[in-house]
Amino acid sequence: MKKKCMLFLSCITILIGLTVLSGCNSDKVVLNIFNWGEYIDPELLVKFEKETGIRVNQDLFETNEHMLAKLEGGGSYYDVIFPSDYVIEEMIKKDMLQKIDFNNVPNFKYVGDRFKNLNYDPTNEYSVPYFWGTLGILYNTEMVDEEVDSWDILWDEKYAGQILMLDSMRDTIGVALRKLGYSVNTTDPEILEQAKNLLIQQKPLVNGYYVDEIKDMMINGDAALALNWSGSAMDIYWEGADYIKFVVPKEGANLWFDCMVIPKTSKHKKEAEMFINFMLDPENAYQNSLYVGYVSPVTEAFERIMQENPEIADMDAYNPSDEVLDNCEVFIDLGDARPLFNNVWTEKKYAE
Amino acid sequence: MKKNRAKILAYPYMVWMIIFIVIPLFLVLFYSLTKGNIHDPSSLSFSLESYARVFDRNYLTSIVKSFKLAFISTLLCFFLGYPVALIIATIKAKYKNILLMFFLVPIWMNFLLRTYAWMSILSPNGFLNRLLSFLGLPALSIMPGQTAVLLGMIYNFLPFMVLPIYTVLSKIDKSVLEAASDLGANKIGTFFKVILPLSVPGIVSGITMVFMPAVSTFVISRLLGGGKESLIGNLIEEQFSLYRDWHFGSALSIILMIVILISMAVMSRFESDNDNGGAPIW
Repeated sequence: MKKKCMLFLSCITILIGLTVLSGCNSDKVVLNIFNWGEYIDPELLVKFEKETGIRVNQDLFETNEHMLAKLEGGGSYYDVIFPSDYVIEEMIKKDMLQKIDFNNVPNFKYVGDRFKNLNYDPTNEYSVPYFWGTLGILYNTEMVDEEVDSWDILWDEKYAGQILMLDSMRDTIGVALRKLGYSVNTTDPEILEQAKNLLIQQKPLVNGYYVDEIKDMMINGDAALALNWSGSAMDIYWEGADYIKFVVPKEGANLWFDCMVIPKTSKHKKEAEMFINFMLDPENAYQNSLYVGYVSPVTEAFERIMQENPEIADMDAYNPSDEVLDNCEVFIDLGDARPLFNNVWTEKKYAE
Repeated sequence: MKKNRAKILAYPYMVWMIIFIVIPLFLVLFYSLTKGNIHDPSSLSFSLESYARVFDRNYLTSIVKSFKLAFISTLLCFFLGYPVALIIATIKAKYKNILLMFFLVPIWMNFLLRTYAWMSILSPNGFLNRLLSFLGLPALSIMPGQTAVLLGMIYNFLPFMVLPIYTVLSKIDKSVLEAASDLGANKIGTFFKVILPLSVPGIVSGITMVFMPAVSTFVISRLLGGGKESLIGNLIEEQFSLYRDWHFGSALSIILMIVILISMAVMSRFESDNDNGGAPIW
């Protein structure tokens, strides 16, 4: 009896060990992607599996910094990751990415020229744009009467307790820097000190610092104003909450590009390229953009959505004017100045 | 012979423990005592820098806040949980299981899900405030804030207080209580002189089971505190997930562990010296 019991126990231990270590044991290639929350249409993953026989397994991250920390921690097995511009720059510097063979990504030709060869990847060898957009203020027109056109409103005591900020370091510090009239990429310690004081001063007015929760809280009327990305505004718009509007303040903001990259640790480069190519197919890009709400760099998809919904053509969130875009900057990798930003962020967070 | 066989049965668990608990603990200790690039072992050198950083005023305030909130929530869990445990232990068997289910079923649900549920109850335009405005009462602004964090902690950890106390209470020999009443003790006297002292082991393990997760939580404080009530758990989590500073994160973890070990040692002195060797958890 006891022997049987022991045999049983050992079997269980071995089984648990095996499941943990092997993950999957079928011959089918499994592509592991590491993506932002609610950032891909799950139907497309099914479609991709049907077309190619490759199963896609998705893990989620909340901010670029979290993604990088997990990747640098080691032991990750991702094949496609979706980082933003400045992080791609850092990853290239740190030799964390593989060059993409564009012969396997013929659909790259559908990507608009203005999304190619950008500063973070000047020769465009490592990244393929996925979504792009700006940073701005979401506001509830039932709770905010005045015209919103400046970051100042996020410091207005009238809205104490009704402001949501992003729990994302570069974005929130960037807003303080733009409000002060400086570049979002400033590394001058004195200016960062001013930005820090501004953020600490704002803290009592802020209801909370969140990321993925903001969208639902705004729709629910939990807050009047929120710092968020343009794509969230589109997502809210497609959901029909027309009392929420989005504006890129006149002081300017951040212009960002989320891309698809293949990390060095990937063992399925070919399949990863197939996946990237699949996502660039105009039909798929169209479907994905409608589902996620964010704006696609694939020209055909971008224009088709605008033709079908002419009213979005003059929305900051979907089709920002050149005037707005000229006022926006792309984040660049901070390099050695990163500790300065970390310091501002911690001091803000732990200030009483 | 029999003893040896029993030992063999424990081997898989021991291997498991060494790989997943003992070795990682030593790694944490190692990282806390070094500085340099964690990906380049040759750059690591001995340093107490990380420990010195803990004494930053901002960090100390958040550590003190964590202990304060954990202490209050443990206390409230005790005062809420003890009567419940007493009721469950003394009620008719028919109702006992139903009551126990009330405490167990929520644990089956994911912890994160339960905390998100509290978010939609407590948020400014959430369920609670809609109910209040429906009744014509003024709205409450609980979330985000310490009250919301406390509520989240108490809700999530209350079963860990109730269950060990219930286990101990239900094991108390009825004849002891009969003896007390035979000797003239009234109900209140029996409770304070007999039941309460006998349930100390359950109380001790209940307090430990609530205090430990409460002091180190980071999900509850992040979601219900809106990123404004950052506790030591958040501080540790950020070092690994945001700042990539494993050294400081490890130092904080070691300090938290030491404080918890000390408080557990103090707690165990209150434990009655019965032969059970500590209190049963369930």
